[in-house]
Amino acid sequence: MKEITYGKAICEAIAYEIRRDKSVFVLGEDVSIGVFGVTKDLFKEFGSSRVMDTPITETAIIGAAVGAAATGLRPIAEIMFMDFMGIAMDEIVNQAAKMRYMFGGKITLPLVIRCAAGAGIQAAGQHSQSLEAWFTHVPGLKVVYPSTPKDAIGLYLSAIRDDNPVIVVENKSLYAVNGEVEDEFKPIPLGHAEVKREGDDVTIFATGACVSKAMMAANELEKENINCEIIDPRTLFPFDKETLFKSIEKTNKVILATEENKRGAFSAEVSALIAEEAFDYLDAPIVRIGAINTPVPFSKVLEEYYLPSVEDIKKAVKSVM
Amino acid sequence: MKISSEKLISIYENMVRIRAFEEKVGELFAKGKLAGFVHCYVGEEAVAVGVCQNLDDKDYITSTHRGHGHLIAKGGITKYMMAELYGKATGYCKGKGGSMHIADASKGILGANGIVGAGFPIATGAGLSFKYQKTDQVAVCFFGDGASNRGTFHESLNLASIWDLPVVYVCENNMYGEFTPQSRHQKINNISDRAASYGITGVSVDGNDIFAVYEAASLAIDKARKDGGPTLLECKTYRYRGHFEGDPQEYRTKEEIEDWRRKDPIIKLKKHLLENKICDETKINELEENINKEILEAVEFAEESPNPKPEEALENVFTDIIEEARK
Repeated sequence: MKEITYGKAICEAIAYEIRRDKSVFVLGEDVSIGVFGVTKDLFKEFGSSRVMDTPITETAIIGAAVGAAATGLRPIAEIMFMDFMGIAMDEIVNQAAKMRYMFGGKITLPLVIRCAAGAGIQAAGQHSQSLEAWFTHVPGLKVVYPSTPKDAIGLYLSAIRDDNPVIVVENKSLYAVNGEVEDEFKPIPLGHAEVKREGDDVTIFATGACVSKAMMAANELEKENINCEIIDPRTLFPFDKETLFKSIEKTNKVILATEENKRGAFSAEVSALIAEEAFDYLDAPIVRIGAINTPVPFSKVLEEYYLPSVEDIKKAVKSVM
Repeated sequence: MKISSEKLISIYENMVRIRAFEEKVGELFAKGKLAGFVHCYVGEEAVAVGVCQNLDDKDYITSTHRGHGHLIAKGGITKYMMAELYGKATGYCKGKGGSMHIADASKGILGANGIVGAGFPIATGAGLSFKYQKTDQVAVCFFGDGASNRGTFHESLNLASIWDLPVVYVCENNMYGEFTPQSRHQKINNISDRAASYGITGVSVDGNDIFAVYEAASLAIDKARKDGGPTLLECKTYRYRGHFEGDPQEYRTKEEIEDWRRKDPIIKLKKHLLENKICDETKINELEENINKEILEAVEFAEESPNPKPEEALENVFTDIIEEARK
């Protein structure tokens, strides 16, 4: 066991795959340095033949990754901020996601798209969004969202080895957060949720940075004799509904906490799934915690108001008790 | 540039095959046998064939919404294409793609594409792949004059130029971006002028002259193969049929179409073959009859083929997940 940051874990996982498979390479804007420094050590070890700085050209980054994946490589394309995914949306949605299907299954596209999501660092409206629902909505994309260094390693190993387009959402507020990782790297299969904390009273379903917020809320609520179970799906699609439903069957209450603004969020899809398929387990209405339905504001005061908080989660839990 | 007699006959045969396929498609569409959006390539045959005759199976192309000609020129098999247009299980895409999405990776065809200008970065990525793997493969991106105004054009040519990728961008300037004439969608006459802004070679040729297309494509592809970087090759041509089948074509005159028919690339090549005694009338007639037979057989194959099973709609989204059935 060792302790490393979430950012370092991502870097080590990618390095591990670059070493083991010569078809794996990284391309993106300033990846030799990295705006969050995640890929800097990759460039030091592998150089420009495997870690390619591109111009500021999101459309070509993803389009070229699609072309490279279709002709035998395993590109890891970085979109610096998730907010910039819109610039490459045709390449992601109309090309990468549909190519295999439209071609009758006769092509494989082993492609990873990395992106930094989330607010909390005063990066304002165009550098802070959580847009995972855009991608879970589109058939043909897998969407992964690690919340800890350990998960980042295991999920990256699986994402890179997957023969389909996989979007990995990284929460930028987690890059510097430490966590324990195993000495031996092992893939975590996509579509397997993890029970991050066991409890009998309320299920808190949380993704990304909300997992640690849920953990803090749960630790505080324990002092009031409320035991929360925390479920982290780790992969948004394919989605492990069984683990979630099993937990709700036990607790009969569920809070969904994600950093997205609530309208049309991924949490809305999860809520609908519970209502359609696990309604009988519920003793209380589903409660969703998310950001307010505005662009992400700049000012610290406004941004704090915008984001879901530990307090919000605690309040939600108490509301269903 | 000397083109062997054997190659010229093969070029002629492929051009005639495209023409016959497309005219049959137009006829079937008018009869209501085909559905969806179908964009025919009639008139532009010299471009696809002149370029693809310089490629091998291991080389890749990206095509467009007007893709049938490129696919045939790159070795696509007409009966599987026709079956796909019919939405049948035996079609290239098992009925999941239709006219705008036919692909055959085994022949290096990375697909027709319903999004104008989407092929640029994909072909660029294929070029990156070949350079990365140190092979001598080449990627060709076919696109129209309309697509040259897309942002993907700029981003891709820029990337290919700074990385010296083995990609040839072949513009089929057929004078119209959908319904809009070139003069109203861009200020320049020669799209190849844009090559200068990427520091790469730009060439414009008569796209109805198979010799001009073949020679220019040969030079560009050879250069790319020898790590000489990308080229922008513009072939000026014309489509006789509408933007799509059923297009009332209010944006142009019958006279304009007739003028271009007088410059028909197939008639020109046929004349060359006869005048230079590369082929006699009998051989040409035989060749044309064989192709007409092939196309009729393709239609028969398509019509007799089974439809896909409805629940096959659930398959092929991923390599390892089959979507849940409708409840």
